[in-house]
Amino acid sequence: MTLTEQIIIIACVVLGTMTTRFLPFLIFNNDKETPAYVKYLGYMLPPAVFGLLVVYALRNVEFTSVEGFLPEALAVGLIVVLHYWKKSMLISIAGGTIFYMILVQMVF
Amino acid sequence: MTFDEHIQTIKYVFPKTIPIMAGFTFIGLAYGIYMDSLGFGPAYAILMSIFIFAGSMEFVAGSMLIGAFNPVSAFLLTLMINARHLFYGIAMLDKFKETGKKKFYLIYGMCDETFVINSTEKVPKHINSGWFMFYVTVLNQIYWVGGTTIGSFFGTAIPFNTEGIEFVMTALFVVIFLDQWMKERYHVSSVIGVLASVISLVVFGPENFIIPAMVIILIALTAIRKSMAKKEVIS
Repeated sequence: MTLTEQIIIIACVVLGTMTTRFLPFLIFNNDKETPAYVKYLGYMLPPAVFGLLVVYALRNVEFTSVEGFLPEALAVGLIVVLHYWKKSMLISIAGGTIFYMILVQMVF
Repeated sequence: MTFDEHIQTIKYVFPKTIPIMAGFTFIGLAYGIYMDSLGFGPAYAILMSIFIFAGSMEFVAGSMLIGAFNPVSAFLLTLMINARHLFYGIAMLDKFKETGKKKFYLIYGMCDETFVINSTEKVPKHINSGWFMFYVTVLNQIYWVGGTTIGSFFGTAIPFNTEGIEFVMTALFVVIFLDQWMKERYHVSSVIGVLASVISLVVFGPENFIIPAMVIILIALTAIRKSMAKKEVIS
């Protein structure tokens, strides 16, 4: 690929990304009242999106081998326990991540 | 806003972004190393982090640059991978109103992690919520571009084993999900999100499941609208 072609590809990726980010704001602009259905969606979507993001982050987990899912399963389990126990975002995230690193580096 | 109020806002925002600082620094680092391994100099990784600012998409864009020249498929693939941003926009329509000139940057910089913080944080009265969201976005982008920059210049010289550090982003999403779960009165939307995504992942596989999952979420939320109308789902 030439430099110009590379720049065009990157520009397409920028354009695609910004389309997904700006489109809702272009359709439902400031001046008009947002339709009730869209307001309902805006209110209901975040919890569903957080669920989607969790699955997205774990999408490459494989159940064909023990090392394909057990580090993730154990680390997520520890995060749940830590979070219900201490209710501290930092402790849960740091604890879960360090535990996961130990698992993939030394155990599995 | 006075200078002191800006400092006060940044001081309030910074601790909220520490997990993302950790995650973005290392994933940005990994991205810099990845681009270096494909044979692209630091300018590529850094400029792409500034202008695209969408982590997983940047990795894909790196692989596109070494493939055949196909701008249309690059654009369409980007729309598919980043389609979840459409939901973020819908959720933030009201929150971004009255943010003035900052609104453009708030939308431009709305990656997963920035959305997660800006949509869940209850900003106290003495902090301006528009500026709060602005500094969350700025700090997150600084972490990402900073990590990328360090990675593309010095990535191969890191003295300790960082394998597994990318899990910090997974941990962040799990914690946000748990926080939401603990404070909501009805778990219907959370359950729909997880179920729709898992079903879609099993059926369509890890590369293609996001859009089908979004469609299922939309259908399910629309179907329960009438029964939800009188309930306060999120307390």
